[in-house]
Parts: sequence; C-alpha cells; structure tokens
Amino acid sequence: MGAFADEAWRRLQSNPAAIAALCVMCAILALTWFGPWISPNDAQTLDWLHLAAPPGRQSAHWFGTDRLGRDLFVRTLAGTRVSLAIGLAASAVSLLVGVTYGAIAGYVGGRTDHLMMRLIEILSGLPLIFFVIVLTVVFGRGEYLLFFAIGAVGWLTMARIVRGQTLSVRRREFVEAAIASGATTGRIIFRHVVPNVIGPVIVYATLTVPQIILFESFLSFLGLGVQEPGASLGTLISEGAAEMEAAPWILLVPGGALALLLLCLNIFGDGLRDALDVRDGAP
Amino acid sequence: MIRYFFTRLASAIPALLIIVTATFFLMRAAPGGPFDQEQTLPPEIMANLQRAYGLDQPIWTQYGRYLKSLLHGDFGPSFKYKDFTVTELIGQGFPVSLQLGVMAMALALIAGILLGTFAALHRNSMADYATMSLAMVGIAIPVFVVLPFLGILFGVYLHWLPVAGWESGSIRHRALPVIALALPPLAYIARLTRAGMLEVLRSDFIRTAFAKGLPLRTLMWRHALRPALTPVAGYLVPAVASIMTGSLVVESIAGIPGIGRYLVQGALNRDYTLVLGMVVVYSTLLIGLGLLVDLLYAWLDPRVRH
Amino acid sequence: MTPTLNVQDLRIAFSHRAGNIEAVDGVSFQIGPAECVGIVGESGSGKTQIFMAAMGLLAGNARATGSVRFEGAELLAAHPTALNRIRGSKLTMIPQDPMTCLTPHLKIGVQLAEVMVTHRGTTWRDARSYAARMLERVHVAEPRRRLNQYPHELSGGLRQRVMIAMSVLCEPSLVIADEPTTALDVTVQAQVMELLRALRGEFGMALALISHDLAVVAGLADRILVMYAGRIVEVAAAAELFRRPRHPYTAELLKCMPTIAGPRAVRLPTLAGQPPRPGEVLQACAFAPRCSRAADRCRMERPELVGPADAQVACHFPLSHD
Repeated sequence: MGAFADEAWRRLQSNPAAIAALCVMCAILALTWFGPWISPNDAQTLDWLHLAAPPGRQSAHWFGTDRLGRDLFVRTLAGTRVSLAIGLAASAVSLLVGVTYGAIAGYVGGRTDHLMMRLIEILSGLPLIFFVIVLTVVFGRGEYLLFFAIGAVGWLTMARIVRGQTLSVRRREFVEAAIASGATTGRIIFRHVVPNVIGPVIVYATLTVPQIILFESFLSFLGLGVQEPGASLGTLISEGAAEMEAAPWILLVPGGALALLLLCLNIFGDGLRDALDVRDGAP
Repeated sequence: MIRYFFTRLASAIPALLIIVTATFFLMRAAPGGPFDQEQTLPPEIMANLQRAYGLDQPIWTQYGRYLKSLLHGDFGPSFKYKDFTVTELIGQGFPVSLQLGVMAMALALIAGILLGTFAALHRNSMADYATMSLAMVGIAIPVFVVLPFLGILFGVYLHWLPVAGWESGSIRHRALPVIALALPPLAYIARLTRAGMLEVLRSDFIRTAFAKGLPLRTLMWRHALRPALTPVAGYLVPAVASIMTGSLVVESIAGIPGIGRYLVQGALNRDYTLVLGMVVVYSTLLIGLGLLVDLLYAWLDPRVRH
Repeated sequence: MTPTLNVQDLRIAFSHRAGNIEAVDGVSFQIGPAECVGIVGESGSGKTQIFMAAMGLLAGNARATGSVRFEGAELLAAHPTALNRIRGSKLTMIPQDPMTCLTPHLKIGVQLAEVMVTHRGTTWRDARSYAARMLERVHVAEPRRRLNQYPHELSGGLRQRVMIAMSVLCEPSLVIADEPTTALDVTVQAQVMELLRALRGEFGMALALISHDLAVVAGLADRILVMYAGRIVEVAAAAELFRRPRHPYTAELLKCMPTIAGPRAVRLPTLAGQPPRPGEVLQACAFAPRCSRAADRCRMERPELVGPADAQVACHFPLSHD
C-alpha cells in the first residue's frame, strides 16, 4: 500500500493542474477558517451606511455589501463553510451507505446482487432533484431532509464501483483463504474486501464532494435548502441573482467562489483518478 | 427487433405507474394540506373546499379517480391557481419549456460531438487541452451561476443580448438561456465523444479503413462516428434529465413562462395535483426517451439487434 | 525493371516514457513484380511494422527513417492524400484478425463497394455488383445475400474471404497478407492459402506473406526473409532455405516445423531461450545467447547481412552443407 501511495503521489505531482487545484483548495480552506479574523466585519451585522455598496479598496467592505448592508466577503466565507461542511458530511454519509451496499451486493452475489443492482438502476434513471422536491412537499423544508435527500443521491455511483471491485477481489486467494479458515461473512467483507477497494473509493469520494455541493446549492438556490438566517453559497447566489442588474457584485462574489471551489474539487478529483489509474467508463 | 421494443414498452408502463402511485401516496401521507397557509378558514368552508376537491373521500377512491382522469389526459384542478386546471397550466407552459429544452439539447449534441471529435483528432495538442479545459469548466460550474454571469457580461455590460424575457420567436431572447442550459451536457458529451473516438481510432477496423485509402472525412463519418457515439447514447437520458433540472432555475432567472416554475412553486404551496402532474409529465418524457435510446443503440450497433 | 516494393535501410523506433525502442533496425530488401516473398520471424521481430510503415499505419509514437518505395514512389514521406491513392487499390493488406477488422455497423456490401467507389469512382450500384462477383470468385456462397449482412453474421473463415476479396478488388500490384490464417481453424487455413495461390495466378500480383510459422509460407513463397530482433538474418529462395538453411536460427525454426513424412516426434521441439527484450541495445549478434554455435566473436561483433541478393546471411559462422 505504501509503495502504491508513493507511486500515486508521484504521478499526481506530474499533473500541474491537479496540484494547482489542490493549492487553491487549501487556500480556500484556510480563508474560510481564518477569514473572520482578517476582516473587520462579521456576517450578520447590518451596515446601514453602506447598503449594496460596490467593492472597493477604500471601503471597509472589500467585496462590497448586500442589499441589507452585510459584508459580502465575510458572508461568502461563511457560506463557503456551510457548503463545504454539508458537502463533506453528506459525502461521508453516501460513502458509508455506498460502500456497505456495494460490498454486500458484490460479495453475496447471485439473486441478492441482481435485485440490489436493479434498484440502483431504477434510482439512477430518475432525476433525483424531482424526488427531493416531492420530499419537501411531504416533510417540509429543513436541514435533516437535505441530508437525507442528498445522501440518497450520492451513494449510487459509489455502490456500483465498490460492487465491481468486490467482485474481482472476491476471487483472489487471500479471500478464499479467509473463507476456508471459517471467518464470518461480515468479517471478510470489512477486514479483507473493503481495504482492497479503497483506491477507487477515495477517488469517488473526492468526486462526490463537488457533486453534493452543487446539488445542495441548487436546492438552496430554489429556496428548498438551507434556510435563513443560515446561508450556503446557493442561498447567496439566489439573493444576488435578484439584484444582478443593479448590483452585480452581490451575485459575482458568491458565484465566483462556488465556481472556483467546484472547479478545483473536480480538477483535483480527476487528477486523483488518473494518478490512481481507476477506470469506470466515465471520460 | 420490434418484439424487443414492445417488451421494453410493456415494462415502461408499470414503471410509470409505480412512480405515479409512489408520488401520490407520499404526498397524501404528508401532514398538513394545501389550504393550511391561508387565513384560518371557518370549518364549514374548509369542509366545502375539501369536498369540492374530493379530499373528503377515502384515499383509495381518490387514487382510483385520479388514475381514471389521467387516462383521459386530465390532471385535475390546481389547488392554488384556482381558476385553472393542471392540464391548462401545463398546456400553456409546456410548449415553451419544450422549445427551450429541445434547442438546448440540440446545441449540446451538435457542439459536444463536434468539439469531442475535434479534440480526439488533435489529441494532446494545445487545441485538445483548451477544449477539454473548457469542458471541465462547463461540467463544474452550475447553470444558476453561468446564466447570471452570461447575463451580466452580455446584457448588463455589453448590452448585446437581453438578460430576461421570452418574446415570441426572438432568437436574441433565447440565446443566453439556451447556452447556459446546454453547457453542462455539452461539456459532458464532448468528453464522452473524445474518449469514445480515441478508443475507436485505435481499433482494428479503423486501421482497415485507413488501409483501404478512404479519405479522412469518409472514414470519420462512415466508420468512426457511430461506434464512438455509443457512450453518448447512454448519456442521453441523464442529459435530458440535467436539462429538465436546469430549466427549473433557468426559467425562473430568465423569466421564461415555461412549466419549470410550477414544480418548485407547487412544492412550496403543497399543490398536490400540480406537483403530481409535473412528475407525470417529466417521468413520461424520460421513460419515453429511454425507449428511443434503446432503438438508437440498435442503430449504432447492429449486434444489439439480436 | 523497378521493383514493386523497395525497402532501403528502414528503421522504426517507438518513443516511450522509458526511452526509444527500435523495432526495426536497418532493413533492406526488394519485392519484384508478381513475386511472393515470405517474411518469417517470432512475434516482436518487427516483420509487421515494416509493412505498417509502408501503408502509413504506424502508431502515433513511431518514427520511421530510411526509404520505402512502391513502384518507384516514396511512401515514407508521402502526403496522406497521395498515400490514399495507392493504399487500398495498388497496395492492399489482408489483416491478421478477420473478427475485428470489419466495421461492425456497416454491411459487407458497403465495406466492399466503398473501395471501388473511392478508387475507381464507380457508382455504388456498379461497385456492389462487382463486389458480388468478387465474392463469388473467392468461393463465398450466395454473394448477393452476404452483401446485405453485417460482419457479426459471418463466420471467421467467411470474413477472411471478404477481406481477401476486398484486397484484390482494384487489381493490386502488391498484397500484404499479415498472418492471414493465424486466427482461423486448421481446415479453413488450408483453403485460404489455396485461395491466395489461385488469386495470385489470376491477378499476377506480388504477395508479401508475413508469418511466424515457416510452414505457412512454405507452399507459396518464392523467396523467404527470416527476421530476428528487428533485422533480417537470412534471405534465400524457398526451396534452398528448406533444404540448406545457413543461419542457425533458421535451422532451429525448421526443426520446430512438424513434418508429415519422417518419424513422428513425441513432442515438437521448441526453441530454447528468449529473444532480446525490445529496446536492449546490442553490440553482439542478437541471437548469440540462444545459439549453440556462438563463439566469442558472436558476443563482440554484430554480423552484417552479406551475400548475393537471393542468398544472404548474417552470421559469422553460417552452417555449411558441403
């Protein structure tokens, strides 16, 4: 594993785009963490003297203010933090569900596998955003629903990948040896199969995070996601879109932040996929 | 082949029925109803309202009645837009949304396939890297960021194109929403085409075609394109789903009178019939498209026909 | 008289991350009009790459230097358009694996007829009826019906017949047959070889017969080139080569050949050892490590190909048959 990781890291280093994306990501993380200390403003204070003020160096608001006079720089950082937190947490949930589901399907095989894969096929044929919208009718809006809904989206691809890997690992000698020595199925799956599918899982976890952030901001943009006074990037963009002709920066700042974040996550994920040499049929 | 198609058709109908049934009962299971948000109504008026919309009946009766009216193309009355039936609302907005979606899909397919082929032919050149970087941007950046950005650039600063509105027949009003909507599937199709094309260009039969002395254009069109497009065919349904999803926000940002807004507004207002109607329309479209894709596969690769 | 194919000092190198790999290392030979030349060697000896270079089909990371002239015209530096006028009409190829070399989504008729349409400018209608006649000529039953079938509906032997028909459609001067029978059943192999012989008699074209198996080329070739590790090690008239091989490698290859007459060996002998890895730079004779006759000189100095055009050998100590 060590040599494998070294080789992957070496290959990743020879991909300048992925390294640049990684650096920008680290910078964004540092900013969201330390940003509130740098800026003299905080996210909720309303500055009545500067309503919808444009960005400028003289002003105390580096990226301007929104319609209520709140500082955009700090608000965008706070929104990024919310988006990232949801992205990471929901990815972790979908990782857990997807790995378990895929490992069981691939390991048990036969009829069970067939049924489980059929379910994935049906679910991935539906545009899940519609499913989420229907759910909001049923349960009302709220953060828990958001997690549930997003978790329902994220794990499908992961499960499919893990199943494929499990199928190939299952036939190898060390798994057969474990079966021969009388280990239980659960033990074999988690002690022998899961550690051997970790490479592709890391890659897909990395690619799931931007998908989930995108999905969450989409819901928030529609008003179905994070509710006031909390704000994710999607919420901020939706506020900005309403003002885009009069005060475009209210849109451009959080929009640019989201674009940059998603771009970096995607480029890094792609680079990682190439470095770990995972093939899945996706281009 | 025809028999295969009808087997698929036969399996599509239960799928649709399951979606309708699940949505119907899910929404009825929800606490609260469509009239909750209005000023507290006197109980007798509430009861009248319930009766008028058939909500006082047992749920199975309501379900049976809904299915029966669906067969006649009747989606029932809207609970919020009181003067309209859902059929009327959808009938007004659908042509607009359809036009927007078809234009976006056409743009995504044509431009995506051309760009992907171009990149594959100039593999590892600057042109290839530029195209693929652009595709990465298209995939990563969401529609609801791209459209306002384009709006600010071309509308607010350059004054070339209108930011919003949908005057009948005006290409200029359609340009920005169509481009924004087409961008993510376009980028994905370009990447799929490039990968598929590279795979095909390495294959034995393309070597044979080169050995036959065919001009490059003939070779690409006749021999390489169809097999290279097989992965794109597999992506068609997700592409349409992505455009449908995108149209929810594009229509609201650009003020386009389509049906996209009804799903979100219906959800916010608990307008059961409207949401149900939208779900039926969208799933029918997607399932129907899935059937067409099966036919397309058979055209792309004759081996599938058996 | 101009030779049909004239290869002079051809070198082909593939660039890899690890460095360049020489697949063909200074090869010169000629194929005369209507001559059938067998090119024999193990896989990886570079025999196929020579003809890929002639057809302009080398992989993107390959670089060919030297000269390959077809009826006097240089092919290596040729513009693709100029190359397209030659390949498929005057210079054609029968590929190795008939299962994968036909375009899966096009009917056989289209794939045959397009050659005529491209090179002769005929109408599709004429091209199809000509293709049907040619299918009949290569003993394909019901040619009209075959034209409307897809490749996957045909057996391997039939597909190879289609490829052969395709290669002779425009009355070529040279047909390159790259392991034409390797992927086929034994019974079909003999039929295909018989067909090639008949067509050669009929069209009078030259034939380059590439194989790893001396037995395949034995019946048909006038002259045989033996290749080893990117170089030609022996050239001789076919009958002469079988009777009196001079290079030790050729002799070993002959020993591996099963014979119908003579005592039947319990096990076929196989050649011991491995050919040099591609990319290995050699000062010595490449065959020395596997050669029972190798002396110090073989490990120090590489032997050049010497002798008159139809009896060359690259060996310090060739076998003598006096």
